[in-house]
Amino acid sequence: MSGITEPRSTTKRVLQANIWLVYLFFYAPILVLVIYSFSDSRNVGAWGGFTLDWYRDFGDSSAAKGALSNSLKIAVVSTIVAVVLGTISALALERFTFRGKQVFDALLYLPIIIPDVTMAVMLLLFFSEAANIFGFSKGFATITLSHIAFSISFVSIVVRARLAGMDDKLEEAAVDLYATKWQAFRHVTLPLIMPGIIGGALLAFTLSLDDVVITEFVTGPGWTTLPVYVFGLIRKGVTPLINAISVVMLVASMGLVALSLLTDRARGESAEIE
Amino acid sequence: MTAAVDIKGVTKRFDDVYAVDDIDLSIADGEFFAMLGPSGCGKTTTLRMIAGLEFPTMGSLKIFGEEVGTLPPNKRPVNTVFQNYALFPHMSVLDNVSFGLRMNKVDKTTAAKKAHELIELVQLSGMEKRRPSQLSGGQQQRVALARALVNEPKVLLLDEPLGALDLKLRQEMQGELKSLQRELGVSFVFVTHDQEEALTMADRIAVMHNGKLLQVGTPEDIYERPANRFVADFIGQTNLLDAVVEDDDMIILENGTRLMAPNPLPPGTKVAMSLRPEAVDIGPRGTVPAEHQKTSLEGVVESMTYLGHALDYTVKIGWIDLEVRADAVHAEQRFQPGDEVAVWWDRTSDWVVAD
Amino acid sequence: MTATLEPEASIDADVATPEFEAAREQQKRRQGLFMALPAYLYLFVFFVIPLVIVIVYSFATRTRFGTELSGWNIDSYRRLGDPLVRDILLRSTTLAVITTLICLLLAYPFAYYMSTRSEKTRNLMLVFVMIPFWTNFLVRNYAWRVILGSDGPYSRLSEAIGFGEGRLLFTNVAVILGLVYGFLPFMILPLYAAIERIDGRLLEASRDLYASGFQSFRHVLLPLSMPGVVAGSILVFVPSLGAYVTPAILGGAKTTLLGSYIVTQFLSARDWPFGAALSFVLMAVMLTSTIVYFRKGGRTL
Repeated sequence: MSGITEPRSTTKRVLQANIWLVYLFFYAPILVLVIYSFSDSRNVGAWGGFTLDWYRDFGDSSAAKGALSNSLKIAVVSTIVAVVLGTISALALERFTFRGKQVFDALLYLPIIIPDVTMAVMLLLFFSEAANIFGFSKGFATITLSHIAFSISFVSIVVRARLAGMDDKLEEAAVDLYATKWQAFRHVTLPLIMPGIIGGALLAFTLSLDDVVITEFVTGPGWTTLPVYVFGLIRKGVTPLINAISVVMLVASMGLVALSLLTDRARGESAEIE
Repeated sequence: MTAAVDIKGVTKRFDDVYAVDDIDLSIADGEFFAMLGPSGCGKTTTLRMIAGLEFPTMGSLKIFGEEVGTLPPNKRPVNTVFQNYALFPHMSVLDNVSFGLRMNKVDKTTAAKKAHELIELVQLSGMEKRRPSQLSGGQQQRVALARALVNEPKVLLLDEPLGALDLKLRQEMQGELKSLQRELGVSFVFVTHDQEEALTMADRIAVMHNGKLLQVGTPEDIYERPANRFVADFIGQTNLLDAVVEDDDMIILENGTRLMAPNPLPPGTKVAMSLRPEAVDIGPRGTVPAEHQKTSLEGVVESMTYLGHALDYTVKIGWIDLEVRADAVHAEQRFQPGDEVAVWWDRTSDWVVAD
Repeated sequence: MTATLEPEASIDADVATPEFEAAREQQKRRQGLFMALPAYLYLFVFFVIPLVIVIVYSFATRTRFGTELSGWNIDSYRRLGDPLVRDILLRSTTLAVITTLICLLLAYPFAYYMSTRSEKTRNLMLVFVMIPFWTNFLVRNYAWRVILGSDGPYSRLSEAIGFGEGRLLFTNVAVILGLVYGFLPFMILPLYAAIERIDGRLLEASRDLYASGFQSFRHVLLPLSMPGVVAGSILVFVPSLGAYVTPAILGGAKTTLLGSYIVTQFLSARDWPFGAALSFVLMAVMLTSTIVYFRKGGRTL
């Protein structure tokens, strides 16, 4: 397929200006935030010389560190469970037919497009009803269970896209060459969909680390996550500490993007023959 | 001798569609066997059933006398060269070729040794470490061959093995495949939609259409003595003239013309007479040789196409157009559209097929 | 997992029969279902049941002590007509529509220009769209709070230019800005996917057939990229309508939106039935738009 050819000069200049405008729009605020996080001034919007104090404050704040550790614990556990469930369901949907497949397929899309406020409400009511019946207190378990509920779909869709791009003749070739179904999965399917699984895992991890609304609804005493903690701080007022924490979260996000790009590259290479 | 592959009454149904409809087929050991037909005719499904990638809805499928119809692919002594090769993209050439041996728990040194032998056989020595994506189409095809053959299959199955190659490479590989097969003495069963490929390579050809096996025979059988209208039409180019049988020797065309065409069919049977364009001679009216009087027709040249080595005429014979191919070099005379001509042929070169 | 992937179970037959084939088929189906089951059950328990509970709650009665799951009524839905609620719904919809339009206006030329570039440039451009997409939403909204805050870069800049201390923070404009900032990648990505798929020769053909640049956009490019336009619009409109974080950070008391209003019902007003009804409305909007999208031949969001 031939690509779309270049537009003419005036149009082109307008289009180019738009590109730079959008990128400026995307990155200027982030840059501003990073700069001000090093500003030695109590006033968030003013520059008062370079300092690392606010990062030190973050390091000294047991509340912030506790929230960070909560966030990480929840993200790790929910990612692992979501990756396992999401990957197996992707295999089922892409390689098998079964009763109720279409319903399941549609159901998988819902957590992705549903607004997080709605999902938060759903889970809040669900856990309060469940707590009435089973008597448990909200916290790590309720947050993690909720994060898994929206992450499964993302993992499943990413892995499924990878599976769909993989020639299913490869699995046939493996069993034709004396592999059992399990060996075919282990030696052929799994390595080939691995970039998809890693991509899905990074997405699930990011989503879990980012979530504010749902977590705020289903959290319990002692289980404040970092975004919920920061959100609480912001609502009380803007402080330089928030700038520092925000930049740390920003750097973490960037790290995850970098990782996902690397796996993306690997994906591109091994996909060449398809 | 036990047949390499013996298929009896095999049917494969997908929902309500009969992909393969009650076929019987026997492939001898050491035979180069082609399954030919248009896409969707059931040839690939048949191949996949032999491989074990599909299970027959019913029927018996034996490989060297052993019933395998219900065995999974990894328990069958056959291997497949897949369409577009299906090489494992994440493995080196060596790992691809030794895959089957490793799965069969052959020890590593032996596996590597055998894999190297096969890589040498297909002339890819030195490329062991490459990934499939770093190979040309022809090289990928050789890896696919080596990967299947290293397991010493009792029958090698090939699904459109040359389909992805360009014309020149395809012709080259045709020769190589054929000599490889002779050297190894293993039966090759290959599926193709290309009739020329089937004619040049196969010892025997099975022609399939709509899930049915229409004819099995040598290339000569198939080309010169097609079993029915479809085979005649599908293999090569031909003229099909509708007719009714008069007796053993004669048929009557739609317009009442009586032509000599030996046939075993009862009088009154509706038939078609197949006449290859290259079997027909063309000349001015009145020049039909005496011995061809009862195998000739008169008409008017409608068009002429110059092909370099040959001349293609379309001759209008009253109700039908007849394609005639004349040798460009030896033609005594060339005709132009509008010329009144006669066409004739040898009584052995027409062939009557039942409708 | 070994067990689930191993189909060679107990079907004994020598020669293939329809029964054998059917049994194999059934076995494969069962295996598929078995593999889908864990995720299926998980979503049933933690998504479908909660969904049903929300619907049930929306018909319940609010009492002084909380929610009474009896005395079913549709009062919560009647309240959607209250002037206050109507205002909120109207304002949320307006803001979401404006956000979607601005995103579309910025993203369409962006995605189009991107698809005219070489593959290398395209991939690079894509990466720089993906980064904000992956970056913490809260942090990105907070950045605007810093910029727009009193004494922040924005007010300094506007004073320097001589516009005086134009105050944006805690206004609808700030909310729209935050929403556009947050959701623009959701518009660019599906648009790009849709436009990139279009065969460039079609545009050339339209120009060859005397279409002006605008005509060829109007009659060829736009219709062909429609699935991307619709997908992107849904992905921006629905979360904008339900936005909670952005108005909380950038909006003021007078800019309550549907999302924040729902949260209020649960976290402070403790009017769960009404909150459930509002959530259900939001969900209904989402479902309707998605169903319409898929009906119109859209494939994936």
